[in-house]
Amino acid sequence: MPKDSGIGASSKRREDVRFLTGAGQYTDDINIHGQAYVHFLRSSIAHGRLNGVDTSTAETMPGVVRIFTGSDFEGVGGLPCGWQVTDRHGEPMQEPAHPVLAQGKVRHVGDPIAAIIADSPSQAIDAAEAIVVDLEELPAVVDMKEAVKNGATKVHDDLTSNLCYDWGFVEENKDAVGEAFEQAAHVTTLELVNQRLVANPMEPRVAIGNYNRANDESTLYTTSQNPHVIRLLMGAFVLGIPEHKLRVVAPDVGGGFGTKIFHYAEEAFCTFAARQINRAVKWTCSRSEAFMSDAHGRDHVTKIELALDADNNFTAIRTDTLANMGAYLSTFAPSVPTWLHGTLMAGNYKTPLIYVNVKAVFTNTVAVDAYRGAGRPEATFQLERLIDKTARELGVDPIALRRQNFITKFPYATPVAVEYDTGDYVATMDKLEQIADLSGFEARRKKSEADGQLRGLGINCYIEACGIAPSALVGQLGARAGLYDAATVRVNATGTISVMVGAHSHGQGHETSFPQVVAEMLGIDEGMIDIVHGDSSKIPFGMGTYGSRSIAVCGSAMVRATEKIITKAKKIASHLLEASEADIELKDGQFNVIGTDKSCAWGDVTLAAYVPHNYPLEEIEPGLEETAFYDPSNFTYPAGAYACEVEVDPATGKVTIERFSAADDFGNVINPMIVSGQVHGGIGQGIGQALLEHGIYDENGQLLSGSYMDYAMPRASDVPFFEVDHSCQTPCTHNPLGVKGCGEAGAIGTPPAVVNAVIDALHSGGHTHVTHIDMPVSPSRVWSAING
Amino acid sequence: MTTITMTVNGQLSSREVEGRTLLVDFLRNGLNLTGTHVGCDTSQCGACTVHVNGRAVKSCTMFAAEADGSCVQTIEGQSNVDGSLNVIQQAFQDNHGLQCGFCTPGMVMAAAELLKNNPKPSEADIRHHLEGNICRCTGYHNIVKSIMAASGQNFSAIAAE
Repeated sequence: MPKDSGIGASSKRREDVRFLTGAGQYTDDINIHGQAYVHFLRSSIAHGRLNGVDTSTAETMPGVVRIFTGSDFEGVGGLPCGWQVTDRHGEPMQEPAHPVLAQGKVRHVGDPIAAIIADSPSQAIDAAEAIVVDLEELPAVVDMKEAVKNGATKVHDDLTSNLCYDWGFVEENKDAVGEAFEQAAHVTTLELVNQRLVANPMEPRVAIGNYNRANDESTLYTTSQNPHVIRLLMGAFVLGIPEHKLRVVAPDVGGGFGTKIFHYAEEAFCTFAARQINRAVKWTCSRSEAFMSDAHGRDHVTKIELALDADNNFTAIRTDTLANMGAYLSTFAPSVPTWLHGTLMAGNYKTPLIYVNVKAVFTNTVAVDAYRGAGRPEATFQLERLIDKTARELGVDPIALRRQNFITKFPYATPVAVEYDTGDYVATMDKLEQIADLSGFEARRKKSEADGQLRGLGINCYIEACGIAPSALVGQLGARAGLYDAATVRVNATGTISVMVGAHSHGQGHETSFPQVVAEMLGIDEGMIDIVHGDSSKIPFGMGTYGSRSIAVCGSAMVRATEKIITKAKKIASHLLEASEADIELKDGQFNVIGTDKSCAWGDVTLAAYVPHNYPLEEIEPGLEETAFYDPSNFTYPAGAYACEVEVDPATGKVTIERFSAADDFGNVINPMIVSGQVHGGIGQGIGQALLEHGIYDENGQLLSGSYMDYAMPRASDVPFFEVDHSCQTPCTHNPLGVKGCGEAGAIGTPPAVVNAVIDALHSGGHTHVTHIDMPVSPSRVWSAING
Repeated sequence: MTTITMTVNGQLSSREVEGRTLLVDFLRNGLNLTGTHVGCDTSQCGACTVHVNGRAVKSCTMFAAEADGSCVQTIEGQSNVDGSLNVIQQAFQDNHGLQCGFCTPGMVMAAAELLKNNPKPSEADIRHHLEGNICRCTGYHNIVKSIMAASGQNFSAIAAE
């Protein structure tokens, strides 16, 4: 029977009430008395020399408070990059400067040139029109293959080329991989594009900087997934404000999907300018502006090869990828195509030799960084499309080929430097075959054919590395931060609890699921426990929410802090009950002396901690509050198997998703309802990538997909109901909850399932010349493939 | 500047506005009704959906002055008189029909209009009606399920068809 509270219960989300009644408080809902508004004048060209900015007329316009340009930021730090990749020759990556406002050159459409502060938003916009920019247009570098050619126009004049790094992994395996390909019985090769996407959380970014002259304190309200990371980066590297004088608040945040991890120029600008003009400065991004200023995602061009022996065992994988960095290095950009991508190339399979080469390239486009899945969708798409193509070339069943090569013994050390602790890929595939009703597929295909439609079935597996990440390991790999997390459990005198957590909830439901864990541990009602998050002045520290890390890392910190609470509470209880501490058990919110009928309630102990009239003061301090930092010893490895059934209209090329099923192994699950919701959302975004979305630049670097009129977001009618299951559970072995994380799985596992299904449909219709179609698999691409 | 008057969630409100002030900005900044959200600038996302004289309208597509004399309903006016969630709001909570909550007010207002005109919508009716409301979090699965539940229909039976 399903539980109705605690770990494993589908507790309804308490945060919903405020969101459903319009009482949520998002950053744009915050207004500070006397605030001014900033509008950014952005470059309308992709690449140009900035010879001068004449603001004299604009400064006289009504309501204008002050106008800033790049020269105002000379001597101020630039936006830092948080990850340094070392290339295959042992050299550090090329790392260009990234000024808050453009200096000397503009490098992409949307690069901010000037910031106009005025009494109202419309006055700021009006004044921007009166600024005269002397901009000398330069040739734009857009295509990555062109960008890395000798003599290509350079995005950054002070770098030696547009190559950020040339990364080989594992470099020592390169020759052995080459030999394995020479000895292979069969080799399958696939060239593909993992197209540029725009994350598009529904809430555009907002930043409000405020300055209190009385105590020299700055506050930034911002739409962030990790306010402490912003405080650290902006305080230490950009503005030189020490942490104790800088507060960063991320209140209700309307979705993130990665793009709200990063430290952006607008955040630094508003904080800086508020100090300069001694007045709060508010920036609200429009959607059109978001398209040219939010970090984008994906944008890889890849050639991948698989070698097999005569028995169809995988013997080696080799990949060659160009990864777009855009014009500047966003906060974690260098890590995405390397450590979040190369380390996952083994997938669910025991391939003994792997070599991954990635060349990261600067272009005159918006910076590219982590977007839901970040590197892992790219790895999964390559591998799972390739295995499907291989199965077709060999004339074997794609599921059987996968099953034959599954890793089945754990722990398993891959040839790409990670060790999977647990998993059961056979179990998730078995579950998938059941929930997707694969045995009924042929009948459904016949029915579709009778209707003149081509029906296809696409299967794939995925694995991801979540619970990011062991600090010592990522430090060796180039991270300029630790990736632990922290929690403080504050028990109040009456027994209610505030848990201050470093994770940030922007849709994940932490305010509901985190208390479920503490309630389970203490045996008290979930309603007695509240989560506090998103304010650097209220919580001890936190690295935030991304990489499906919240419950695995911050949740573990919360468990450790709660264990300390229990230890101290038992000491107090033993004093109150005049029993030995070893004889005290905590059960259902009661402290019992084992083997007796003596007990006292949770509230008796918490009250004693704060009213210590009868209290072991000589042994322990009053109060009941504990903090823990938790640094994971390994990544977690969620995995699963997905199935997609499509109908393709051969006359128009239109693809319709008819069925979609996902069997995931997330280890233990705290709130099944929330976990299913996370998978639904990931599948929705995965279908968006597979069929609809594409961030497109023309050859001049103009962003053609710059609004919802041109960038096709998935709508309700683009998707069916999904069948999701997470009953296969192999608990993580190295965190106290046995959890793995579920936020990104859907976005990782979905795209190859959809494309595999489309190819299968076309083959069923006799279009066997079609071996691959790049995403988005639009009607025109499908029609062209059929008729090409 | 011009003075406009409208009834918002049953309360008469009068303010001076610029001609270019959009209804959504009037509601958010003039009346501090911040439950109505702005998610785009091309009238595509539907986060700003409110009811004007009983019809669902994207309030970013209408000047405040055009709504002069109108009767406007926003998300803040949807709860029951005792403050509890109404049938649609409750169905969204029961069925996990929201995650980050940003599109949610618009979804609830769009759903209210649908159910007023079509009390027992099919799955296809619901998906079609939500064409102008974008959600990035839920994959729409639980939103469609919530609206079915709000209409008193058994989701499992319909989904199994």
